[in-house]
Amino acid sequence: MKQAGIVIEMEHGRVKETSLGMITLAAKTVDSLTALVMDGMTENIADQLAEYGSHTIVDLALPDAPEIRLNPAVRATAVVHAVRELKLDRILGLSSPEGKDLLPRVAALLDAPLVMDCVDVDLSTGIAVTSQYSGKVMAQIQLAGDTLVFGIQPNAVPPEPAPVQPRIVAMAGNAAVPENFALLSWDDGDSAGRQSLAEADIIVAGGRGLKNKDNFSLIFECAGKLNAVPGASRVAVDEGWVPYAFQVGQTGEKVSPQVYIACGISGSIQHFAGMKTARMIIAVNRDENAAIMANCDYQVQGDLFEILPEIMRQL
Amino acid sequence: MQIYVCVKHVPDSAANIHVLDNRKIDETVPFLLNPYDEHAVTEAVTLKKQVPDSEVIAVCLGKKDAESTLRSALAMGADRGVLVETDESCDSMTTARALHAAIDRDGLADIIFTGKESIDSEGMQTQFRIGALFGFPVVTNAASLEVTHDKATVTCELAGGRTRTFELSLPCVIGAGRGLNAPIYPTFPDVVKSRKKPIQTLSLSQLNMPAAPGSAKIVSMTPLVQKRNPQKITGTPAEQAAEIIRILRQEAKVLG
Ligand SMILES: Cc1cc2nc3c(=O)[nH]c(=O)nc-3n(C[C@H](O)[C@H](O)[C@H](O)COP(=O)(O)OP(=O)(O)OC[C@H]3O[C@@H](n4cnc5c(N)ncnc54)[C@H](O)[C@@H]3O)c2cc1C
Ligand SMILES: Nc1ncnc2c1ncn2[C@@H]1O[C@H](COP(=O)(O)O)[C@@H](O)[C@H]1O
Repeated sequence: MKQAGIVIEMEHGRVKETSLGMITLAAKTVDSLTALVMDGMTENIADQLAEYGSHTIVDLALPDAPEIRLNPAVRATAVVHAVRELKLDRILGLSSPEGKDLLPRVAALLDAPLVMDCVDVDLSTGIAVTSQYSGKVMAQIQLAGDTLVFGIQPNAVPPEPAPVQPRIVAMAGNAAVPENFALLSWDDGDSAGRQSLAEADIIVAGGRGLKNKDNFSLIFECAGKLNAVPGASRVAVDEGWVPYAFQVGQTGEKVSPQVYIACGISGSIQHFAGMKTARMIIAVNRDENAAIMANCDYQVQGDLFEILPEIMRQL
Repeated sequence: MQIYVCVKHVPDSAANIHVLDNRKIDETVPFLLNPYDEHAVTEAVTLKKQVPDSEVIAVCLGKKDAESTLRSALAMGADRGVLVETDESCDSMTTARALHAAIDRDGLADIIFTGKESIDSEGMQTQFRIGALFGFPVVTNAASLEVTHDKATVTCELAGGRTRTFELSLPCVIGAGRGLNAPIYPTFPDVVKSRKKPIQTLSLSQLNMPAAPGSAKIVSMTPLVQKRNPQKITGTPAEQAAEIIRILRQEAKVLG
């Protein structure tokens, strides 16, 4: 019988929805689900994990000190320790910013195969479905080995309650900081509390059509009103209107929100590479012949400087 | 300082990708140096200028054609290249073993640069596997780097403007992100000069690598074309805005 270990991410003291979705996804093809919690167990978290079907909850009890707890090498070692102790042979985690710095470390330590950004997995056969060639191709990949590791695209599957009575296991004492790799400092920017692009439900993105940095604040304001996450095309980043962290596309973030609102973005092949999996695309563009207008769900031909303020006014 | 840079030969990001036989892509499109690896080469060359007596060696696993990607790295300022030639398409576990073996037989690395990911297979993992094989520490998505005799201080980007700053002992592996630098654009004389720089070719079998204890094999591929059926939202800006809000509320159900 396959034993799946699921690396849990938290936010504001709760389990992330996207992590609960992974439990739902894993439960489709495996019977035994173990949640691995690194950032402090509470009753609240245990309840959430039980509600969504974790048979075992492991508290890896990393030290509170952030320079230890946030060191990805420390985290990877703790996960690998649990995997070996509990003989887990399928490991899932989010392809989130943290996951991209954790799961490949886990896979490298275990010398086990890994596929990142999976939109679907079959844990019994070891097949993962992921996009390749910058989102231009969907590939089915067969993993083989004793232990298989999967990075799951956030929002791949919505969480569904499946309550169980879990067993809770504490597994502390495995948090030595490696001598050759120290976390010196961390900066959560002004993003504390803001959702990441990869996990956003709504993204309002701006491109060259915004014309300058001052105007780009319109994107931030509109995103704020809609409870959305702001994004940008590479031109907006290269012009210095927003930091690189906002870039969507082949060489930026790959996103799949419920709704992607592209404002003053032409829809280059590289931009599409990052957002084509959005459930709904709304394009606001002056030019009805822009590439994005032919490959969206709603085309709004017009001036973004008129339409965005109207949206804000009417909300 | 002995600086290695891993460079991958990948389809041009602007190319249309066609799938053949449901399991591979049509490789008649132009291939280039992986965009993130341009940042890796640039950083290696910048570091070489700061540290006297340094050498930058670009290493690539790929088909014979991949030589052109090594030439691009040489034109950007790398001193020489090593091509591990194979006609197979290798998964990350094998790729990392090959790059590790090629570097190991070539010299003693102080720093190994890679990109944060390749834009074709999007593995995001080769750097970590190379690090594990050598026992070197690894960072990925590096946005700034400072090297002082036996240590590297690196700031890496998470999403949303968040960063983490690490101190690594050398030797180490650094996965370059877009924020690290602006890629060097070689001048015509650079390109001409690079033609005389040496590229050593090895075959994969020559490296005598032990087999990996696992694998990742592509079983099928389908083009991802999401056929959308655009509907027009017309009217005055106020009417268009009202319709967008209605759609967000009633169709996408993302607004309360
Ligand atoms: C290796 C490589 C990687 C790349 N990676 C990325 C990536 O990750 N992400 C990315 O985005 N790009 C990427 N690019 C760049 C890409 O090729 C395009 O140059 C870029 O996406 C264009 O940005 P844009 O749509 O904002 O600008 P443009 O193509 O200039 O489009 C601007 C649009 O705004 C519209 N507009 C202007 N004014 C208004 C107005 N007042 N109201 C409404 N609409 C208006 C115009 O009609 C036009 O359609 C990459 C390129 C390369 C070579
Ligand atoms: N075949 C290859 N040859 C040389 N370098 C590679 C190869 N494959 C991957 N790399 C390096 O590893 C990085 C990450 O690749 P990946 O794990 O495929 O996303 C790339 O940016 C390259 O620097």
